[in-house]
Amino acid sequence: MRPAFSVLFLTTLIGTGQGLLIALVTAQFFFVIGSGPSGESGAFYALGSALALALLGLGLVASFFHLANPQRAWRSAAKWRTSWLSREVILIPAVCGLTLLYALDHWLGWTPVLMVFANGKALDLPMALGFAAAAAALVLFVCTGMIYACVKFIRQWSSSWTVINFLLMGLSSGFTLAAAYAGLMDSVLRDFLVADALAATLLAMATRLYQVRRNGHVRFRSSLKTAIGTHHPQIRQITQGFMGQSFNTIEFTAPGGAGTVRGLTVFFILAGFAVPAALLAASLGGTGGALLAVAVASQFAGLLAERWVFFAAGVHVQNLYYQAKA
Amino acid sequence: MRDPASIPDSELGRSEVKTTTCYMCACRCGIRVHLRDGEIRYIEGNPDHPLNKGVMCAKGASGIMKQYSPARLTVPLKRKDGAERGTSQFEPISWEEAFATLAERLGHLRATDPKKFALFTGRDQMQALTGLFAKQFGTPNYAAHGGFCSVNMAAGMIYTIGGSFWEFGGPDLERAKLFIMIGTAEDHHSNPMKMELGKFKRSGGRFIAVNPVRTGYAAIADEWVPIRPGTDGALLLALIHEIIELGLFDREFLIRYTNAAELVNQDSASDDHGLFVRDPDVPVRPDTFETPDKLWWDRHSDRPVISRSAGTDGRLMGVYTLDDGTPVKPSFQLLKERVKDYPPDWAEGITGIPADTIRRLAHEMGVTARDQTIELPIAWTDSWGVEHDKVTGNPVAFHAMRGLAAHSNGFHAIRALAILMTLLGTIDRPGGFRHKAPFPRPIPPCPKPPKGPQAIKAGEPLTGTPLGWPADPDDLSVDAQGEAIRLDKGFSWEFPLSVHGLMHNAITNAWKGDPYPIDTMLLFMANMAWNSSMNTSEVRKMLTDKDESGAYKIPFLVVCDAFQSETVAFADLVLPDTSYLERHDVMSILDRPISEFDGPVDSVRVPILPPLGDTKPFQEVVIELATRLKLPGFTNKDGSRKFRDYPDFIVNFETEPGSGIGFLSGWRGKAGEKFLVGEPNPNQWDMYARNNNHYHHELPRSYQYMRNWNKGYLDWAYRHRLVRYTDPIIPHIYSEVLQKFRLAGEGKWRGKQPPDRLRERVKTFFDPLPFYYAPLEWGKSDSSAFPLAALTQRPMAMYHSWDSQNAWLRQIHTSNVLFVHPKVGTVGNFGDGAWVWVESPWGKVRCQARFSEALEPGTVWTWNAVGKASGAWGLDPDANEARKGFLLNHLITEELPNMAGSIAISNSDPVTGQAAWYDLKVRVTACQPGEAEESWPQFDPMPPVPGQTIGFKSKVRAFMAGRKGK
Amino acid sequence: MSKVQLALVIDLNVCVGCHACVTSCKEWNTSGWAGPLTDQNPYGADPTGVFFNRVQTYECGTYPNTETIHFPKSCLHCEEPPCVPVCPTGASYKREEDGIVLVDYDKCIGCKYCSWSCPYGAREFDPVQGVMKKCTLCVDRITDTTLAEDRRKPACVLACPPAARIFGDINDPESEAAKAIRDYGGFQLMPEWGTNPANHYLPRRKISMTLHKDELVRADNPLKIEGELPRPSFNAPSIDDLSGW
Ligand SMILES: Nc1nc2c(c(=O)[nH]1)N[C@H]1C(S)=C(S)[C@@H](COP(=O)(O)OP(=O)(O)OC[C@H]3O[C@@H](n4cnc5c(=O)[nH]c(N)nc54)[C@H](O)[C@@H]3O)O[C@H]1N2
Ligand SMILES: Nc1nc2c(c(=O)[nH]1)N[C@H]1C(S)=C(S)[C@@H](COP(=O)(O)OP(=O)(O)OC[C@H]3O[C@@H](n4cnc5c(=O)[nH]c(N)nc54)[C@H](O)[C@@H]3O)O[C@H]1N2
Ligand code: SF4
Ligand code: SF4
Ligand code: SF4
Ligand code: SF4
Ligand code: SF4
Ligand SMILES: [Mo]
Repeated sequence: MRPAFSVLFLTTLIGTGQGLLIALVTAQFFFVIGSGPSGESGAFYALGSALALALLGLGLVASFFHLANPQRAWRSAAKWRTSWLSREVILIPAVCGLTLLYALDHWLGWTPVLMVFANGKALDLPMALGFAAAAAALVLFVCTGMIYACVKFIRQWSSSWTVINFLLMGLSSGFTLAAAYAGLMDSVLRDFLVADALAATLLAMATRLYQVRRNGHVRFRSSLKTAIGTHHPQIRQITQGFMGQSFNTIEFTAPGGAGTVRGLTVFFILAGFAVPAALLAASLGGTGGALLAVAVASQFAGLLAERWVFFAAGVHVQNLYYQAKA
Repeated sequence: MRDPASIPDSELGRSEVKTTTCYMCACRCGIRVHLRDGEIRYIEGNPDHPLNKGVMCAKGASGIMKQYSPARLTVPLKRKDGAERGTSQFEPISWEEAFATLAERLGHLRATDPKKFALFTGRDQMQALTGLFAKQFGTPNYAAHGGFCSVNMAAGMIYTIGGSFWEFGGPDLERAKLFIMIGTAEDHHSNPMKMELGKFKRSGGRFIAVNPVRTGYAAIADEWVPIRPGTDGALLLALIHEIIELGLFDREFLIRYTNAAELVNQDSASDDHGLFVRDPDVPVRPDTFETPDKLWWDRHSDRPVISRSAGTDGRLMGVYTLDDGTPVKPSFQLLKERVKDYPPDWAEGITGIPADTIRRLAHEMGVTARDQTIELPIAWTDSWGVEHDKVTGNPVAFHAMRGLAAHSNGFHAIRALAILMTLLGTIDRPGGFRHKAPFPRPIPPCPKPPKGPQAIKAGEPLTGTPLGWPADPDDLSVDAQGEAIRLDKGFSWEFPLSVHGLMHNAITNAWKGDPYPIDTMLLFMANMAWNSSMNTSEVRKMLTDKDESGAYKIPFLVVCDAFQSETVAFADLVLPDTSYLERHDVMSILDRPISEFDGPVDSVRVPILPPLGDTKPFQEVVIELATRLKLPGFTNKDGSRKFRDYPDFIVNFETEPGSGIGFLSGWRGKAGEKFLVGEPNPNQWDMYARNNNHYHHELPRSYQYMRNWNKGYLDWAYRHRLVRYTDPIIPHIYSEVLQKFRLAGEGKWRGKQPPDRLRERVKTFFDPLPFYYAPLEWGKSDSSAFPLAALTQRPMAMYHSWDSQNAWLRQIHTSNVLFVHPKVGTVGNFGDGAWVWVESPWGKVRCQARFSEALEPGTVWTWNAVGKASGAWGLDPDANEARKGFLLNHLITEELPNMAGSIAISNSDPVTGQAAWYDLKVRVTACQPGEAEESWPQFDPMPPVPGQTIGFKSKVRAFMAGRKGK
Repeated sequence: MSKVQLALVIDLNVCVGCHACVTSCKEWNTSGWAGPLTDQNPYGADPTGVFFNRVQTYECGTYPNTETIHFPKSCLHCEEPPCVPVCPTGASYKREEDGIVLVDYDKCIGCKYCSWSCPYGAREFDPVQGVMKKCTLCVDRITDTTLAEDRRKPACVLACPPAARIFGDINDPESEAAKAIRDYGGFQLMPEWGTNPANHYLPRRKISMTLHKDELVRADNPLKIEGELPRPSFNAPSIDDLSGW
C-alpha cells in the first residue's frame, strides 16, 4: 500500500498524544493510590495534557490532508455502526474534549471529590476526567488499529497484532515523551515514567518484531486462479489493460522496492525502539531531560518510518489484477 | 446527489443526435453522434446501420478525443524561410497562398512533365477521387496504401477467383461450420468480424486460428495452430496435397465451375507451352474475356471436347495427347503433380506444424465440406443456361489477411489458399467465401495501367488508369527497353502485377532519382516519415538530403494531414485536414464500398461539426486544385469552374458525360428513383442522410450466390454497369495469365520482354501454379546470426499511428514492448522486462522485452506503430511513446541487395510488389548494464507547429472531454 | 421472489479483448451522471486516468498449449459488498431497488477507505474531484425511460461487438443473464471472500471434431471416377490363373 504522509503523521501524532495522556493519567493515578512517586502540581498535568492535546490536534490537522473533501469531514461520523473509520472520527474529538477538560481542570485546580472509597482514597474530578480521557484514548487506539486490522484483503494488517501494536507503540512513544517532559520539568515523576516508557518500548519492540516476522509468511487466500476463475496451474498476467497509471496502481503500491522496506525496517527498529530503549535505560535514575528528549526525537522519526513500513508492507489482494503492463 | 433517474441525460443541456460514418478506422461503421450544447457528448454505434448494427469498437468510442486532441493541425503552414526541412519550423499562411503556390507549381509541371508530380495517399478511402485527379493531371505516379498493405491478398485472390478478402469479400460465418482464420489480427472488417465470431462460436462452429501469435481473435479459437512466419504457403500446399490424395475435393464444382479440367499445352517446344489448348473453330466474341474455346478431356468419349459441352464430363486427372500430337494435361493434373512434392511431412519441417496436425486439418476441412452440405431453396441459372433449383454450399470458411500477404512469397501462398478454397467448393456459396459488390470481377479486372511512356503527355490526362490489372506482358508500364516508367517501378518487370503500386519505395526512388527525379510529392494521409516506410531512419534522412547545389533531392514536399504526425515535420507545405466529423465523404462504389454479401452498399459521411480552425477537407482541396489546374472533368469547356464544392461534385460528377455513373450508387435519377446508373440527383446527399448515411441494394436471393457463374447476377451487374462482361468468372486453378509472363521470361512471348537481368526472376516467380519458396529476405541474411522472425500486429485499440494523440487510447497502449518466448531470454541471458537490442542486417533498435508463451518460439512481435518520434502527435517530448515505445520499421530494409546481379530491388513480393514487412529476421541480445533504459533510436524532439492547442489548454480539454452536464 | 440484482455476465468464450467496452464506458460516463472520469497528464509521460472498466490479458500454460484469456473487469456489484459498510459517510451504498452499488459524490470525503475493502480493485478514485468513483452499471442509462427499450442497457454492453457482455437481473431465472449463468457454468470471482459478486463470468468452451477413419474413404470418392482408385482390369492376374476347383 502507498504510505500517505497525512496518515503517517495522523497515526503517530495521535498515538503519541494518546500515550502521553495515558502516561499522565497513570502517573496521577499511581500518586493518588499512593504507590507511585510523590505528586505533581496541577500545572504539570495541565501543561502535559495540553501537549497531548496539541499532538492530537496536529494529528487531526494531518488527517484533513488525507481527505480530498475535508469540508464534508463532518459526514464521516455517520456510519459508526459499521465503520471503524467512522468510530475513529467520533473518538478523536471525544478524546480531545476529555483531554481538554482534564487539562483545564488541572489548570484551574478545581478538585471536588466525587467519591471516597472504603480505603480512604478519594476520586476527585481531575482524576475522574483523567480516567475518562484515558479510557477514551484506549478505545481510540482500538479504533485506529481496527481500521487497518479489519481490512481483510491485506493479510499483513488483518490481525489483532495490528491493534496491539498501535496500542503499544502509542504507549511507548507517549510514555517516552512523558518521561522527557518530566525530565525537562525536573519532575519527581521522571524515573517512574522512564521505567514505564522503557517497559512499553521493549514490549512494543517485541510485538512489532513479531509482526514483522509474521508478515514474512502470510499468504493470500486468493490466487490468480480464483481472481480470474480459471483453474489452470500456470497463469500469468500479460497486461493489466493500461500502461500509464491509475488509482489502482498508485494507491496500492509503495514507492521504492523491497529494499526500501528492509532498510526502513532496520531503521525503525533502531530509531523507534532500540535507541530510545537504550537512552531510557541510560537515563534511569538520572536527572534532566536532554537524553530523554533525544529519545523522543529518535523514536518519533523511528515511528514515522515504522508507519511507512506498515503501509508499504501491506499487500492488497487487488494487486493480483495489476501486475503487468504491455 | 441528484438521483440518476431524475433527469434523463438527453434533457441536460440542448441535445441533438446526428448520424454519420465513423472513420476512426477503415471499417466504416455507422455512428450516432450525440451532441450537448453543440459539443460531442457521446458517440454510439448506429443500430440501424447494416455494417455494425449498433456496436462500437475501442477506437470508434474514443472519437471524441480526436476532436480535442492537441495534435490537430488548424492552419495551413509553410516551412519558414531559411529553416531546414525536417526541423518543423513553420509559419501559418492562408489557404489562398497555399492554393496559389500549389497551382503555380503543379501547373508548371503539368505543362512540362506531369510525371514529376507524385501523389501518394495512405490508409485513406478516397482513391476514386485521388486516382481520378492523378489521371486527369497526367501522372502515372499515383498509388495508395495497397502496395505496402495487402496487395498480395487482392492480387493473389482476384487473379484466382475474381474476388478477395480484404474489403472485397469474406467468410460466411452465418452458415459456416468450420472456420479457419489465417494471419489476421484486426482487419478492415473490425466490428463485423467480431460480431460474426461471437455468433459463430455461440452457434457451435469450430474456429481454428493459424497464426504465430495467439492474441485477439486467435485467443478465442478452439484450436491455435502456431506457424513459423512466412511458411503458410507450405502449409496450404500440404493441405492441398492431402485433400487431393484422399479425394476430399468437390469434383463436380471443380469441373463445372473452374478451369480444373481444362487442358494445358505440355509441348515445351511450343510458343504456347503452358497455355490452354483452344479450338480455333469456336467463335470468340470480341467482348469476351473468358473465351469458350478451351477443351477438356471427356470421360465418356475419351476424347477432347469443348469444355462444358452438354453431356460430357471433363477429366481432372490424366495425361493425354491431342489428335495433332500435342501433349496435354488437365490443369488439375498439373496441380496434383505440383503438390506431389509437398506432403505434410515436408511441410512439418518448414512450418513447424506437426504433419499429423496438417493431415487432421485437411481431413476436418474435407469432411466438413463434403458431409455437412448446406442446401438453400433458391433457384438460379448458371452462365451456360443450366437451371438449378437450389443453391448448395460446403460450410468451410476461411479468412486471411496480412499474415499471408505481407511476405515476399505471399502471392503464391494466397493463390494456394484460393485454390484450397476452390477445391473445397466454397466460392460464393453459403458457408464458404462470399463476394461483396462490385466483386466478383473478371480475372483480371478491366482497368489497365499506362502501357508506356507514350501514355504520359504534357498537359494531357494519362492514358489508362494509374493503377490497373495487367492481363499479359503487353499491359506493363515499361519503356522500349523494358524499364519502369513509374517512380515506384510499379508494373515494371520487377513486379509486373503490382496492381496497387509500391508506395513504400516512392521516397527512396525519388531520392535516388531512379528511375528519374521528381519535383513535387504530395502525401495525403500517409505517415511516410514514420510507420509506413521501411528503413525509417534512413528514409527520414533522404527527405532532407540535398544535392551538390544545396537543393533538396526531393524538391517540394506537400503533406495533407489532420494531425502533427512525424511526416508533417518534413513538409514544405502543410494542408490541415478536417476530422471525419467535420466533412462530407463517400465510401464509393467506385472504390471499396461497404457492400454486404447480399448486395452493394455504399455510404457517406456528413459533417456533424464545423471545421476546426482553418482546416479544409482534402476533398475540397482536390476539387479546388483540379479546378484551378483546369483538369478535364473538373472544368467546363470554357475553363470555368464546374463544381461548386465537393458535395456538388459528388452529386454531379459522371464518369463520362451522361454515363449516369457517379460516386454514389443510391438514389440516382432526377428524383432518386434509380440506383447504380442514373442521372445526377440534386437531393442525393439528403436521401443518404435520411437513410442512416448508406444505400443498400439487396439483390434478389437468386442473385446472391454463385455470382461468378450466375447468369442472372452477371446480367444484372452488366446492365447496372458494375461489369463490362457477362462471361462467367472461372476460377484459375492454373493461371494462364502468370504463364504468359513466364513465356515472356523465356523469350517466347511475342510482345514485351523483360530485360535480361530480370528474365530469371520472371521465369521463377511467374509460375502458373502456386509453389513454395522461402521469403526472399531470408536468402540475404544469415539465419544463424539472425534466427528470429519479427512481426508486428495491429492492436484493436489503435489505428496505425493515428491514435497516440488520443487521450484515452494512449492509456491502453502507451508504449510497446517486444514479446519474446522465455527461451529467447534464456539464450540471450536476460529476464522478463529487460531492455534489449534487436538487430537485423539492416538496422537496430533498443526496446524492452517481455516474455510470452503465446507465440511460436522462433517469433518475436510487437504492436504496430505505437512507438512515436519525440514531440510528435501533440505529446510531450518525454511521453512514453517516444521514450519507451519503438518502431520495428527501423529494422526493415526497403531494398534487398544483389537481387539481379548487383542490383538492389525492393523488398517486396516479386509478383505484386507487396511490401514484405513480415519477412524480417532479427537477433535479440541483452543491453549492457548501465545502458539507458530508453528506446533507440531517438530523434530530436519535434516542436509543436503554429495552431496546435498544447499545454494547459489541451489538458483542460481532455479533462472536460465531452460536455459535462449535471 | 428474490430481490432484483442487476449485473453483467461476461462471456470469456467470445471476448476478443477489443477494449470497446473500456472506451465506451469512459465515453458514456465521463460526460454523464457519474462523470467526469478525469485524466491527468493526458499527453505526457505516464498518463493517469479514471476508467470504470478495464480489459486485462492473461496467459495460461506453456507453448504450444497456451491459452490467452481476455478478461474485462469492472465493479462486480457484490451482493455482500465489503466496500459499503466501511464507508464512514454512507456515501457508498447499495441500491435497494436493483442491487447496484453506487457512490454519492456529494457525501464522499475521499478517504479511499472503501477501495481498501474491495478485493477486486474495482474502485477508482478521482483525484481531481476528490471522490471515489466506479462502475455505476450505467444506472443513468438503464433507468432512462426516454431511451428506446433496447438501448436501455449499459454503454459497454451496447458496444461489445461479439456480445460478450450480457446485462440483466441475475435473480430473475428467466433473464438472459441468469440463463447464461445456469447453462454455461457462470462463475464468480474470488468466491473465498464471501462477497457474492453479482457479475458473473462464463468460461471458455471448446468445440472439437471427431473424425472416423471410414469418413476418409467413401464410395462416392471422386478419385474413383477419375480412375485413381482403379478397379483392376479384366486381364489383371487373379487366383483363377492358377487354381482349379
Ligand atoms: N485496430 C486496427 N484495425 C486495423 C488497423 C489498425 O491499425 N488498427 N489497420 C487496418 C489496415 S490498414 C489493415 S491492412 C488491416 C490489416 O489487418 P491484419 O492483416 O489482420 O493485420 P496485421 O496486424 O498485419 O495482422 C497480421 C497477423 O498475421 C500474423 N502473421 C504474421 N506473419 C504471419 C505468417 O507468416 N503466417 C501467419 N499465419 N500469420 C502471420 C500476425 O501475428 C498477425 O496476427 O487492419 C486494418 N484494421
Ligand atoms: N512495421 C510495420 N509497418 C507497417 C505495417 C505493419 O504491419 N508493420 N502496416 C502497413 C500498412 S498495412 C499500412 S495500411 C500502413 C499505414 O500507413 P499510413 O497510412 O502511412 O499511416 P497511418 O498511421 O495510417 O496514418 C497516416 C496519416 O494519416 C493521418 N490522418 C488521420 N486521419 C486523417 C484525416 O482525417 N485526414 C488526413 N488528411 N490525415 C489523417 C494521420 O495523422 C497520419 O499521419 O502502414 C504500413 N506499415
Ligand atoms: S471498427 Fe472502425 S469504423 Fe467501426 S467503430 Fe471502430 S473505428 Fe469506427
Ligand atoms: S472514499 Fe468516499 S465512498 Fe469511499 S469510504 Fe471514503 S467517503 Fe466512503
Ligand atoms: S466489486 Fe468492489 S467496489 Fe464493487 S461492490 Fe464489490 S467490493 Fe464493492
Ligand atoms: S456498466 Fe456502465 S459504468 Fe459499468 S463498466 Fe459498463 S459502461 Fe462502465
Ligand atoms: S467489448 Fe466485449 S469483446 Fe471487447 S473487450 Fe469488452 S467484453 Fe471483450
Ligand atoms: Mo493496411
